[in-house]
Amino acid sequence: MLPLTLRGIHKHFGAVHAVRGVDFTLGPGEVHALLGENGAGKSTLMHIAFGLVRADRGDVVVDGVARALRSPREARRLGVGMVHQHFTSVPALSVAENIALAAGWSPKTRLLAKRVDGVFRRVGLALDPDAPAWTLPVALKQRLEIVKALATDVRILLLDEPTAVLAPAEADELLRVVRRFTEQGGTAVLITHKLREALATADTVTVLRRGQVTFSGPTAEIDADSVLRYMIGGRLPESRPAPPAAAPGAVRIQAEALDVARDGRGGTALRQATFSVRAGEIVGIAAVEGNGQRELMRAAAGLLPPLRGRLDVTGPVGFVPEDRTTEGLIPEFSLTENLVLGLDRVAPWVRGRRFRRIDWNAAREGAADILRNFEVDAPGPGVPAASLSGGNQQRLVIARALEQEPTVLVAENPTRGLDIRAAQAVEARLRAAAHEGAAVLVYSSDLDEILQIANRVLVVAGGTVTEVPPHARREEVGAMMLNVHAERADPSGSR
Amino acid sequence: MTLTRLHWSALVVASAFSAGIAILALGLWASGYDAPQALTALWNGAFGSWYAFTSATLLRAVPLIIIGLGFALALQGGALNIGAEGQFYVGAIAATWVGLEVGHWPLVPAIGAIVSVATIAGALWMVVPVWLKLRFGVIEVISTLLLNFVAEALVSLMVQGPLQESTGVFPQSNLIPLSARLPILPGTRLHLGFLFALALSVVVWYVVTRTVWGFRLRAVGASPRAAEISGRIKSGRVLGTALLWSGALAGLAGGLEVSGVSYALYQNLSPGYGFTGIAVALLARLRPIGIVFTGILFGALEAGAGAMQRDAGIPSVAVYVVEAVVILVIVLADSRLRHLGRSTVSRPSPAAA
Repeated sequence: MLPLTLRGIHKHFGAVHAVRGVDFTLGPGEVHALLGENGAGKSTLMHIAFGLVRADRGDVVVDGVARALRSPREARRLGVGMVHQHFTSVPALSVAENIALAAGWSPKTRLLAKRVDGVFRRVGLALDPDAPAWTLPVALKQRLEIVKALATDVRILLLDEPTAVLAPAEADELLRVVRRFTEQGGTAVLITHKLREALATADTVTVLRRGQVTFSGPTAEIDADSVLRYMIGGRLPESRPAPPAAAPGAVRIQAEALDVARDGRGGTALRQATFSVRAGEIVGIAAVEGNGQRELMRAAAGLLPPLRGRLDVTGPVGFVPEDRTTEGLIPEFSLTENLVLGLDRVAPWVRGRRFRRIDWNAAREGAADILRNFEVDAPGPGVPAASLSGGNQQRLVIARALEQEPTVLVAENPTRGLDIRAAQAVEARLRAAAHEGAAVLVYSSDLDEILQIANRVLVVAGGTVTEVPPHARREEVGAMMLNVHAERADPSGSR
Repeated sequence: MTLTRLHWSALVVASAFSAGIAILALGLWASGYDAPQALTALWNGAFGSWYAFTSATLLRAVPLIIIGLGFALALQGGALNIGAEGQFYVGAIAATWVGLEVGHWPLVPAIGAIVSVATIAGALWMVVPVWLKLRFGVIEVISTLLLNFVAEALVSLMVQGPLQESTGVFPQSNLIPLSARLPILPGTRLHLGFLFALALSVVVWYVVTRTVWGFRLRAVGASPRAAEISGRIKSGRVLGTALLWSGALAGLAGGLEVSGVSYALYQNLSPGYGFTGIAVALLARLRPIGIVFTGILFGALEAGAGAMQRDAGIPSVAVYVVEAVVILVIVLADSRLRHLGRSTVSRPSPAAA
């Protein structure tokens, strides 16, 4: 009997149709790799199988019985365990207590030490049970996640990018544990961006693209090149349509041997990056999440300091942050206030020199003008930003970035979560900005978008920046992003 | 600010107060007191005469308004200054010390010296919490609260040591000389500090709503992340400055209390102004002009409590029931205050795969 089958799964997040009618079958005792680009729907699919997210349509069948999974607890009771993309341990609790928490055991009993020891032996991984979780290095934290997932009687293990933060040797060890689990009768799903790792470990491969299955079959029947083709789409071969800018102007961003620290954590995210962006051109950044592209963007925007090397940016810099509701806007502030937020240095509504004041009447009028010019659909400048649709919120963020007439525009995933029409409006704004002489640096997790909009493309993989040769085919760009031809298949850049 | 929103706030304040008074009456009745007599005494003590209104109600409103303004300023930026009581005492100590030194000065420079030194002392008392917060991420709620105990101990030390009165018998300071005392409205005990409080509420209102700095402070309070990334605001600096001003205002309140009311330093100088000031600010929903009115309301409660104890023999602490109920109602009615404790950690979006 098949341990897990997903049938005709659909899922929407707002306007985004994240999963579009996916059938997914997990055979007994296999390691099943689930591959696809960012936003292809891999995590969503696994969250549905784990009861974290409910499908709009479709069935989750566990051991031949269709189940309406309402919570991870129900999934766990049916023998489904999951290792999440992000760490889920409580930092202040010890390893043993974290395991008890995940398994639903009492942390107080004298039995706990014995039980935890039993889990270590069964799983084939050991940790110091008394160490507080926050003291563990990254690799051991990840080990704890696996142990937690396997602590109870789990027969189906879902792993969401378990090796993303691991060095190759650590990743190999983790994959050995997964193999051992399947040899003992378990079944595992492995989401990963590391193609070689997937092909070396998995028995079966399923590839998702934009919420749909583009390939599903035994690993033996497929190679890395064809997986890539399935991942990034069938429109092949395709030379890049965007022509180089007519007359690129002065250099506005110049990086030489630039190192940038990992945002919010230790280690180096970007290493020896050398690139330049000129006035009037759009340079696209293509990268898989977590490869250092975020740090590159933020360093260019002046939000992260260079660790080593040189970075010259001729400002002012307009910045469009990736997450508009937590970084781009203050949802409960009015549209006027949100525009003032980024424009209280240059705008005409600021009065006085030493005691700088805001003329709110002028600000409201200015805001109304900006909303009109940038086609932000809103009842007026006084409504809270939270009341706007995602597309209009993004127009507002871009309007603010462009209103200060930046010489450099840095945009992170500016069309994320937008429908086609809103996305096209955003792309048109970026093109217009470049046309008017701004140096535009844009990152998108959608490779097609980058290829369509950028005059030049830089790939960031494993913290290294490489320029894509002109007229490269998109599958070549994809290969560069996934680092498939590199010696070390470790794009994480940790250490 | 629309009329309807103002109406709504007034309605919340009124219902909060009614609920508080009703529960107080119920409690008095249940414990066998004469509730109507008690409430009458409460009313008369606060509003019964011109003298009661100015010399009891408004007099007590002065520190409440000023402390409330300081608390509101810090909370606009998302920081909770629970240490106004301590900053008040430090301001009082500084004012007493300077007041005793400036006996031979003319009135204006003497008062000026007292007021500025008290203000600076309050700000200095906030330096350590600000440093701990910005450097190590120690939450200001803890550090400011704990410094209250230090300040109270410092007062004890002062009134039994360096600042003790000349006979060395009583745990209090000498009276400050006449030239160090604030002018008083004739026929009452109300001092010039009341005009300070009114002026400050206008200043704070202007700063918060009309200046670039005030706007940045509100942005930091609403979303530190967006303020830093989209507004390029150094949120730590803005917040630290607001906290220092918050401490400065509480210190000023302490200085005015010594220079305008007590004329001397002693223990228990404050009947908990530092904490009641929090309620005053919350009740006004942090609006500086509103704080003047809620400050007077709470001043009336404190004044009435004293009268109730004298005339009806009811412990004045009973009035804290009203204050507590008021705070609960306000916090329930204001979703922004309700979410004060919410985490600012961003969650991964479910659409990310």
